Amino acid sequence: MRLEECVEIRAPREVVWDAIADAENHPLFMAGLTRWDVKSGPEMSKGSRIDMRMAVGSAQVGSLIEVVEFDVPADMAWTSVTGIDQRGRWRLRERGDNCTKVTLRLAYQAPGGLAGWVTDRVAAGRVRRNLRRSLQALKEQVESGVERARGRSAR
Amino acid sequence: MARDEALPELLDDRDPDYIRDTLPLAWLLATLWHRAEVRGLDNIPDEGPVLLVGNHSGGNTSPDSIVFTLAFSSYFGVERRFHQLAHQLVMAFPGIGAFLKKYGTIEASHANAEVALHAGAAVLVYPGGDWEVHRPSWQSAQVDFAGRTGFLKLAIRTGVPIVPVVSIGGQETLVVLTRGEALSQALGLHRLRLKVLPVSLVVPWGITLGDFIPRWTLPAKLTTQVLPPIDVSEKFGDDPDLDEAYDYVTGTMQSTLDALAAERRLPILG
Repeated sequence: MRLEECVEIRAPREVVWDAIADAENHPLFMAGLTRWDVKSGPEMSKGSRIDMRMAVGSAQVGSLIEVVEFDVPADMAWTSVTGIDQRGRWRLRERGDNCTKVTLRLAYQAPGGLAGWVTDRVAAGRVRRNLRRSLQALKEQVESGVERARGRSAR
Repeated sequence: MARDEALPELLDDRDPDYIRDTLPLAWLLATLWHRAEVRGLDNIPDEGPVLLVGNHSGGNTSPDSIVFTLAFSSYFGVERRFHQLAHQLVMAFPGIGAFLKKYGTIEASHANAEVALHAGAAVLVYPGGDWEVHRPSWQSAQVDFAGRTGFLKLAIRTGVPIVPVVSIGGQETLVVLTRGEALSQALGLHRLRLKVLPVSLVVPWGITLGDFIPRWTLPAKLTTQVLPPIDVSEKFGDDPDLDEAYDYVTGTMQSTLDALAAERRLPILG
Protein backbone atom coordinates (compact mmCIF):
# COMPACT_ATOMS: atom_id res chain seq x y z
CA MET A 1 0.00 0.00 0.00
CA ARG A 2 1.46 3.36 -0.98
CA LEU A 3 0.22 6.61 0.54
CA GLU A 4 1.26 10.15 -0.23
CA GLU A 5 0.27 13.45 1.37
CA CYS A 6 1.52 16.99 0.64
CA VAL A 7 1.47 20.39 2.28
CA GLU A 8 2.88 23.79 1.40
CA ILE A 9 4.77 25.52 4.19
CA ARG A 10 5.52 29.24 4.16
CA ALA A 11 9.19 28.91 5.05
CA PRO A 12 12.50 28.41 3.25
CA ARG A 13 13.32 24.82 2.38
CA GLU A 14 16.39 24.80 4.67
CA VAL A 15 14.22 25.73 7.67
CA VAL A 16 11.77 22.91 6.96
CA TRP A 17 14.68 20.53 6.45
CA ASP A 18 16.14 21.44 9.85
CA ALA A 19 12.82 20.51 11.44
CA ILE A 20 12.70 17.05 9.92
CA ALA A 21 16.43 16.36 10.17
CA ASP A 22 16.27 16.76 13.96
CA ALA A 23 15.28 13.30 15.14
CA GLU A 24 14.20 14.55 18.56
CA ASN A 25 11.70 16.90 16.92
CA HIS A 26 9.67 14.13 15.26
CA PRO A 27 7.54 13.20 18.33
CA LEU A 28 6.42 16.85 18.41
CA PHE A 29 4.71 16.73 15.03
CA MET A 30 4.29 13.09 13.97
CA ALA A 31 0.70 12.03 14.73
CA GLY A 32 0.05 8.60 16.20
CA LEU A 33 3.67 8.08 17.17
CA THR A 34 3.86 5.95 20.31
CA ARG A 35 7.56 5.13 20.25
CA TRP A 36 10.52 6.97 18.77
CA ASP A 37 13.84 5.75 20.16
CA VAL A 38 16.73 7.24 18.24
CA LYS A 39 19.56 4.74 18.23
CA SER A 40 22.09 7.32 17.04
CA GLY A 41 22.48 11.06 17.83
CA PRO A 42 19.74 13.65 17.41
CA GLU A 43 21.14 14.77 14.05
CA MET A 44 19.92 12.35 11.43
CA SER A 45 22.17 11.16 8.63
CA LYS A 46 22.40 8.28 6.24
CA GLY A 47 22.57 5.13 8.37
CA SER A 48 20.69 6.55 11.37
CA ARG A 49 18.48 3.96 13.02
CA ILE A 50 15.27 4.59 14.91
CA ASP A 51 12.95 2.22 16.72
CA MET A 52 9.48 3.58 15.90
CA ARG A 53 5.84 2.59 16.43
CA MET A 54 2.65 4.19 15.23
CA ALA A 55 -0.83 3.48 16.61
CA VAL A 56 -2.93 2.02 13.80
CA GLY A 57 -6.23 0.52 14.90
CA SER A 58 -5.72 -1.92 17.77
CA ALA A 59 -1.96 -2.30 17.35
CA GLN A 60 1.12 -0.16 17.54
CA VAL A 61 2.86 -1.13 14.35
CA GLY A 62 6.29 -0.17 13.19
CA SER A 63 9.82 -1.37 13.21
CA LEU A 64 13.46 -0.53 13.45
CA ILE A 65 13.98 1.80 10.51
CA GLU A 66 17.17 3.00 8.86
CA VAL A 67 17.72 6.22 6.94
CA VAL A 68 18.95 5.13 3.51
CA GLU A 69 18.95 8.44 1.66
CA PHE A 70 19.88 11.82 3.12
CA ASP A 71 20.24 14.55 0.50
CA VAL A 72 20.31 17.94 2.28
CA PRO A 73 17.90 19.78 2.01
CA ALA A 74 15.73 17.85 -0.41
CA ASP A 75 15.17 14.16 0.27
CA MET A 76 15.25 11.82 3.22
CA ALA A 77 14.18 8.20 2.78
CA TRP A 78 14.05 5.27 5.14
CA THR A 79 13.35 1.58 5.05
CA SER A 80 12.52 -0.99 7.71
CA VAL A 81 15.16 -3.30 9.14
CA THR A 82 12.81 -5.39 11.31
CA GLY A 83 9.05 -5.51 11.88
CA ILE A 84 6.44 -4.60 9.31
CA ASP A 85 7.85 -3.90 5.83
CA GLN A 86 7.81 -0.16 5.18
CA ARG A 87 9.53 2.49 3.11
CA GLY A 88 9.08 6.22 3.52
CA ARG A 89 10.29 9.50 2.12
CA TRP A 90 10.32 13.18 2.98
CA ARG A 91 10.53 15.20 -0.24
CA LEU A 92 11.07 18.97 0.00
CA ARG A 93 10.78 21.16 -3.08
CA GLU A 94 10.94 24.96 -3.36
CA ARG A 95 7.76 26.71 -4.50
CA GLY A 96 8.74 30.34 -5.10
CA ASP A 97 10.13 32.62 -2.43
CA ASN A 98 9.96 31.30 1.11
CA CYS A 99 7.57 28.49 0.29
CA THR A 100 8.28 24.78 0.38
CA LYS A 101 6.19 21.90 -0.84
CA VAL A 102 6.57 18.98 1.57
CA THR A 103 5.59 15.51 0.44
CA LEU A 104 5.44 12.59 2.85
CA ARG A 105 5.25 9.14 1.31
CA LEU A 106 4.77 5.85 3.10
CA ALA A 107 4.64 2.42 1.52
CA TYR A 108 3.93 -0.62 3.68
CA GLN A 109 2.87 -4.19 3.28
CA ALA A 110 1.30 -6.40 5.89
CA PRO A 111 2.16 -10.11 5.69
CA GLY A 112 -0.46 -12.83 5.45
CA GLY A 113 -1.72 -13.03 1.86
CA LEU A 114 -5.39 -12.09 1.44
CA ALA A 115 -5.81 -11.06 5.09
CA GLY A 116 -2.74 -8.86 4.74
CA TRP A 117 -4.14 -7.32 1.56
CA VAL A 118 -7.43 -6.51 3.30
CA THR A 119 -5.58 -5.21 6.37
CA ASP A 120 -3.49 -2.85 4.25
CA ARG A 121 -6.61 -1.30 2.80
CA VAL A 122 -8.55 -1.09 6.06
CA ALA A 123 -5.52 0.48 7.76
CA ALA A 124 -4.90 2.96 4.93
CA GLY A 125 -7.53 5.45 6.12
CA ARG A 126 -6.07 5.50 9.63
CA VAL A 127 -2.48 5.82 8.39
CA ARG A 128 -3.44 8.55 5.93
CA ARG A 129 -5.10 10.53 8.74
CA ASN A 130 -1.86 10.28 10.74
CA LEU A 131 0.18 11.52 7.77
CA ARG A 132 -2.15 14.48 7.17
CA ARG A 133 -2.16 15.48 10.83
CA SER A 134 1.64 15.17 10.94
CA LEU A 135 2.11 17.46 7.95
CA GLN A 136 -0.33 19.97 9.39
CA ALA A 137 1.49 19.94 12.74
CA LEU A 138 4.85 20.35 10.98
CA LYS A 139 3.46 23.29 9.00
CA GLU A 140 2.19 24.98 12.18
CA GLN A 141 5.44 24.34 14.03
CA VAL A 142 7.70 25.66 11.26
CA GLU A 143 5.55 28.65 10.32
CA SER A 144 5.14 29.75 13.94
CA GLY A 145 8.94 29.46 14.34
CA VAL A 146 9.46 31.65 11.28
CA GLU A 147 6.94 34.20 12.61
CA ARG A 148 8.70 34.34 15.97
CA ALA A 149 12.08 34.82 14.27
CA ARG A 150 10.64 37.66 12.14
CA GLY A 151 9.18 39.31 15.22
CA ARG A 152 12.54 39.17 17.01
CA SER A 153 14.43 40.64 14.04
CA ALA A 154 11.80 43.42 13.64
CA ARG A 155 12.38 44.46 17.28
CA MET B 1 25.11 -27.11 20.61
CA ALA B 2 23.82 -29.89 22.84
CA ARG B 3 20.06 -30.11 23.36
CA ASP B 4 20.25 -29.10 27.04
CA GLU B 5 22.20 -25.96 26.16
CA ALA B 6 19.78 -25.01 23.43
CA LEU B 7 16.17 -23.96 23.59
CA PRO B 8 14.09 -26.40 25.64
CA GLU B 9 12.00 -28.75 23.48
CA LEU B 10 8.83 -27.50 25.20
CA LEU B 11 9.28 -24.12 23.48
CA ASP B 12 10.12 -25.50 20.04
CA ASP B 13 6.64 -25.27 18.53
CA ARG B 14 6.49 -21.48 18.56
CA ASP B 15 6.73 -20.27 14.96
CA PRO B 16 7.44 -16.52 14.49
CA ASP B 17 6.78 -16.67 10.74
CA TYR B 18 3.37 -18.22 11.33
CA ILE B 19 2.60 -15.54 13.91
CA ARG B 20 3.67 -12.79 11.49
CA ASP B 21 1.45 -14.21 8.74
CA THR B 22 -1.63 -14.48 10.94
CA LEU B 23 -1.34 -11.16 12.79
CA PRO B 24 -3.34 -9.31 10.10
CA LEU B 25 -6.37 -11.51 10.83
CA ALA B 26 -5.99 -10.77 14.54
CA TRP B 27 -5.67 -7.05 13.72
CA LEU B 28 -8.89 -7.10 11.67
CA LEU B 29 -10.76 -8.90 14.47
CA ALA B 30 -9.35 -6.63 17.20
CA THR B 31 -9.78 -3.37 15.29
CA LEU B 32 -13.09 -3.84 13.49
CA TRP B 33 -15.00 -6.22 15.78
CA HIS B 34 -13.71 -5.31 19.24
CA ARG B 35 -12.40 -1.71 18.70
CA ALA B 36 -9.63 -2.89 21.00
CA GLU B 37 -7.20 -0.58 22.70
CA VAL B 38 -4.02 -1.64 24.54
CA ARG B 39 -2.31 1.03 26.62
CA GLY B 40 0.98 1.11 28.50
CA LEU B 41 3.01 -1.38 26.45
CA ASP B 42 6.06 0.75 27.25
CA ASN B 43 5.72 -0.47 30.86
CA ILE B 44 7.00 -3.87 29.71
CA PRO B 45 10.81 -4.07 29.97
CA ASP B 46 12.35 -4.01 26.49
CA GLU B 47 14.21 -7.25 27.03
CA GLY B 48 14.63 -10.14 29.39
CA PRO B 49 12.12 -12.45 31.04
CA VAL B 50 8.96 -10.97 32.45
CA LEU B 51 5.84 -12.47 34.00
CA LEU B 52 2.75 -10.83 32.54
CA VAL B 53 -0.14 -11.40 34.94
CA GLY B 54 -3.60 -10.82 33.51
CA ASN B 55 -7.21 -10.98 34.61
CA HIS B 56 -9.00 -13.51 32.44
CA SER B 57 -12.26 -12.86 30.60
CA GLY B 58 -14.41 -14.01 27.72
CA GLY B 59 -14.74 -17.75 28.25
CA ASN B 60 -12.52 -20.20 26.43
CA THR B 61 -12.21 -17.99 23.33
CA SER B 62 -10.59 -15.35 25.57
CA PRO B 63 -10.61 -12.48 23.05
CA ASP B 64 -8.46 -10.28 25.27
CA SER B 65 -5.66 -12.85 24.97
CA ILE B 66 -5.85 -12.52 21.17
CA VAL B 67 -5.82 -8.72 21.44
CA PHE B 68 -2.88 -8.71 23.85
CA THR B 69 -0.88 -11.17 21.76
CA LEU B 70 -1.44 -8.97 18.71
CA ALA B 71 -0.39 -5.88 20.67
CA PHE B 72 2.71 -7.50 22.16
CA SER B 73 3.88 -9.07 18.89
CA SER B 74 3.31 -5.85 16.92
CA TYR B 75 5.07 -3.68 19.50
CA PHE B 76 8.09 -5.86 20.27
CA GLY B 77 8.18 -7.83 17.03
CA VAL B 78 7.46 -11.52 16.56
CA GLU B 79 11.16 -12.14 17.13
CA ARG B 80 10.76 -11.56 20.87
CA ARG B 81 10.00 -14.82 22.61
CA PHE B 82 6.49 -14.71 24.09
CA HIS B 83 4.63 -17.65 25.62
CA GLN B 84 1.15 -17.91 27.08
CA LEU B 85 -0.04 -20.52 29.56
CA ALA B 86 -3.33 -22.28 28.82
CA HIS B 87 -5.44 -24.94 30.51
CA GLN B 88 -4.52 -28.52 29.56
CA LEU B 89 -8.02 -29.14 28.13
CA VAL B 90 -7.69 -26.15 25.78
CA MET B 91 -4.33 -27.45 24.58
CA ALA B 92 -5.80 -30.93 24.10
CA PHE B 93 -8.65 -29.64 21.91
CA PRO B 94 -8.18 -30.95 18.32
CA GLY B 95 -6.91 -28.22 15.98
CA ILE B 96 -6.95 -25.51 18.65
CA GLY B 97 -3.99 -26.94 20.54
CA ALA B 98 -1.80 -27.15 17.43
CA PHE B 99 -2.74 -23.61 16.43
CA LEU B 100 -1.99 -22.22 19.89
CA LYS B 101 1.36 -24.01 20.08
CA LYS B 102 2.51 -22.12 16.98
CA TYR B 103 1.69 -18.93 18.86
CA GLY B 104 3.87 -20.08 21.74
CA THR B 105 1.09 -21.29 24.04
CA ILE B 106 2.16 -24.00 26.46
CA GLU B 107 0.23 -26.07 28.98
CA ALA B 108 -0.20 -24.24 32.26
CA SER B 109 2.11 -25.54 34.98
CA HIS B 110 4.72 -24.01 37.25
CA ALA B 111 7.43 -26.14 35.66
CA ASN B 112 6.54 -25.04 32.12
CA ALA B 113 6.38 -21.38 33.10
CA GLU B 114 9.77 -21.67 34.75
CA VAL B 115 11.30 -23.25 31.65
CA ALA B 116 10.00 -20.37 29.50
CA LEU B 117 11.20 -17.70 31.92
CA HIS B 118 14.64 -19.31 32.14
CA ALA B 119 14.76 -19.13 28.34
CA GLY B 120 14.33 -15.34 28.64
CA ALA B 121 10.72 -15.25 27.46
CA ALA B 122 7.86 -12.97 28.32
CA VAL B 123 5.23 -15.29 29.82
CA LEU B 124 1.54 -14.45 30.06
CA VAL B 125 -0.35 -16.14 32.90
CA TYR B 126 -3.93 -15.91 34.06
CA PRO B 127 -3.89 -16.97 37.72
CA GLY B 128 -7.71 -16.88 37.84
CA GLY B 129 -7.85 -19.52 35.08
CA ASP B 130 -11.19 -21.19 34.35
CA TRP B 131 -12.61 -19.86 37.64
CA GLU B 132 -12.20 -16.23 36.62
CA VAL B 133 -12.83 -16.59 32.89
CA HIS B 134 -16.26 -18.07 33.59
CA ARG B 135 -17.37 -15.63 36.28
CA PRO B 136 -20.89 -14.26 35.77
CA SER B 137 -20.91 -11.43 33.24
CA TRP B 138 -22.21 -8.91 35.78
CA GLN B 139 -18.89 -9.42 37.61
CA SER B 140 -17.05 -8.20 34.52
CA ALA B 141 -15.19 -5.53 36.48
CA GLN B 142 -13.89 -7.87 39.19
CA VAL B 143 -10.42 -9.37 39.45
CA ASP B 144 -10.85 -12.86 40.89
CA PHE B 145 -7.73 -15.00 41.22
CA ALA B 146 -9.49 -17.25 43.74
CA GLY B 147 -6.64 -16.74 46.21
CA ARG B 148 -4.10 -18.46 43.93
CA THR B 149 -0.57 -17.34 44.74
CA GLY B 150 1.38 -19.61 42.37
CA PHE B 151 2.28 -16.67 40.13
CA LEU B 152 3.92 -14.91 43.10
CA LYS B 153 5.96 -17.99 44.03
CA LEU B 154 7.03 -18.27 40.41
CA ALA B 155 8.14 -14.64 40.26
CA ILE B 156 10.07 -14.97 43.54
CA ARG B 157 11.73 -18.26 42.54
CA THR B 158 12.86 -16.96 39.16
CA GLY B 159 13.56 -13.36 40.21
CA VAL B 160 11.44 -12.10 37.34
CA PRO B 161 9.34 -8.91 37.56
CA ILE B 162 5.55 -9.11 37.42
CA VAL B 163 3.83 -6.82 34.93
CA PRO B 164 0.06 -6.65 35.54
CA VAL B 165 -2.15 -6.66 32.45
CA VAL B 166 -5.68 -5.46 33.19
CA SER B 167 -8.48 -5.89 30.66
CA ILE B 168 -12.16 -5.08 30.49
CA GLY B 169 -14.86 -6.01 28.00
CA GLY B 170 -14.06 -9.70 27.51
CA GLN B 171 -16.84 -10.82 29.82
CA GLU B 172 -19.33 -8.95 27.63
CA THR B 173 -18.52 -11.11 24.59
CA LEU B 174 -20.90 -13.72 26.02
CA VAL B 175 -23.37 -13.74 28.90
CA VAL B 176 -22.21 -16.10 31.63
CA LEU B 177 -25.13 -16.79 33.96
CA THR B 178 -23.33 -18.95 36.51
CA ARG B 179 -20.01 -20.75 36.88
CA GLY B 180 -21.76 -24.03 37.70
CA GLU B 181 -19.08 -25.06 40.18
CA ALA B 182 -21.49 -27.33 42.14
CA LEU B 183 -22.43 -29.16 38.95
CA SER B 184 -18.79 -29.59 38.01
CA GLN B 185 -18.07 -30.99 41.46
CA ALA B 186 -21.06 -33.36 41.27
CA LEU B 187 -19.93 -34.69 37.88
CA GLY B 188 -16.38 -35.16 39.11
CA LEU B 189 -14.93 -32.77 36.52
CA HIS B 190 -12.55 -31.38 39.13
CA ARG B 191 -10.46 -34.48 38.47
CA LEU B 192 -9.76 -32.98 35.00
CA ARG B 193 -8.74 -29.71 36.67
CA LEU B 194 -12.14 -28.33 35.61
CA LYS B 195 -13.60 -26.51 38.59
CA VAL B 196 -16.53 -25.03 36.71
CA LEU B 197 -19.23 -26.00 34.22
CA PRO B 198 -20.62 -22.60 33.19
CA VAL B 199 -24.15 -21.92 32.06
CA SER B 200 -24.06 -19.17 29.43
CA LEU B 201 -26.21 -17.35 26.91
CA VAL B 202 -24.33 -17.39 23.60
CA VAL B 203 -24.89 -16.71 19.90
CA PRO B 204 -26.21 -18.68 18.04
CA TRP B 205 -26.96 -21.54 20.46
CA GLY B 206 -28.85 -19.77 23.24
CA ILE B 207 -28.37 -21.31 26.68
CA THR B 208 -25.37 -23.65 26.80
CA LEU B 209 -23.81 -25.86 29.44
CA GLY B 210 -20.04 -25.83 29.45
CA ASP B 211 -17.89 -23.80 27.07
CA PHE B 212 -16.77 -26.32 24.51
CA ILE B 213 -18.69 -25.56 21.33
CA PRO B 214 -17.71 -22.81 18.85
CA ARG B 215 -19.77 -19.64 19.14
CA TRP B 216 -19.83 -16.02 18.02
CA THR B 217 -18.22 -13.57 20.38
CA LEU B 218 -20.34 -10.45 20.86
CA PRO B 219 -18.62 -7.30 19.52
CA ALA B 220 -17.73 -5.86 22.92
CA LYS B 221 -15.16 -3.10 23.07
CA LEU B 222 -11.98 -4.39 24.74
CA THR B 223 -9.60 -2.15 26.65
CA THR B 224 -6.34 -3.30 28.19
CA GLN B 225 -4.01 -1.36 30.47
CA VAL B 226 -0.47 -2.62 31.11
CA LEU B 227 0.90 -1.46 34.48
CA PRO B 228 4.48 -0.76 35.61
CA PRO B 229 6.57 -3.78 36.70
CA ILE B 230 6.46 -5.05 40.29
CA ASP B 231 9.61 -6.63 41.71
CA VAL B 232 8.12 -8.80 44.47
CA SER B 233 11.40 -9.38 46.35
CA GLU B 234 12.36 -5.73 46.18
CA LYS B 235 8.96 -4.60 47.41
CA PHE B 236 8.26 -7.26 50.04
CA GLY B 237 11.72 -8.59 50.94
CA ASP B 238 13.45 -11.90 50.26
CA ASP B 239 10.92 -13.89 52.28
CA PRO B 240 7.70 -12.05 51.41
CA ASP B 241 4.33 -12.54 53.03
CA LEU B 242 2.45 -14.07 50.10
CA ASP B 243 -0.93 -12.84 51.33
CA GLU B 244 0.37 -9.28 51.54
CA ALA B 245 1.93 -9.48 48.05
CA TYR B 246 -1.26 -11.08 46.68
CA ASP B 247 -3.40 -8.29 48.13
CA TYR B 248 -1.04 -5.69 46.68
CA VAL B 249 -0.98 -7.11 43.14
CA THR B 250 -4.70 -7.89 42.94
CA GLY B 251 -5.54 -4.57 44.66
CA THR B 252 -3.48 -2.64 42.12
CA MET B 253 -5.16 -4.51 39.29
CA GLN B 254 -8.63 -4.00 40.79
CA SER B 255 -8.07 -0.22 41.09
CA THR B 256 -7.09 -0.11 37.42
CA LEU B 257 -10.07 -2.26 36.43
CA ASP B 258 -12.38 0.07 38.39
CA ALA B 259 -10.96 3.03 36.45
CA LEU B 260 -11.43 1.21 33.13
CA ALA B 261 -15.00 0.29 34.14
CA ALA B 262 -15.72 3.94 34.98
CA GLU B 263 -14.75 4.89 31.42
CA ARG B 264 -17.43 2.62 29.98
CA ARG B 265 -20.84 4.07 29.37
CA LEU B 266 -22.69 1.11 27.88
CA PRO B 267 -22.23 -2.67 27.96
CA ILE B 268 -20.69 -4.07 24.76
CA LEU B 269 -20.46 -0.65 23.09
CA GLY B 270 -17.97 0.50 25.71
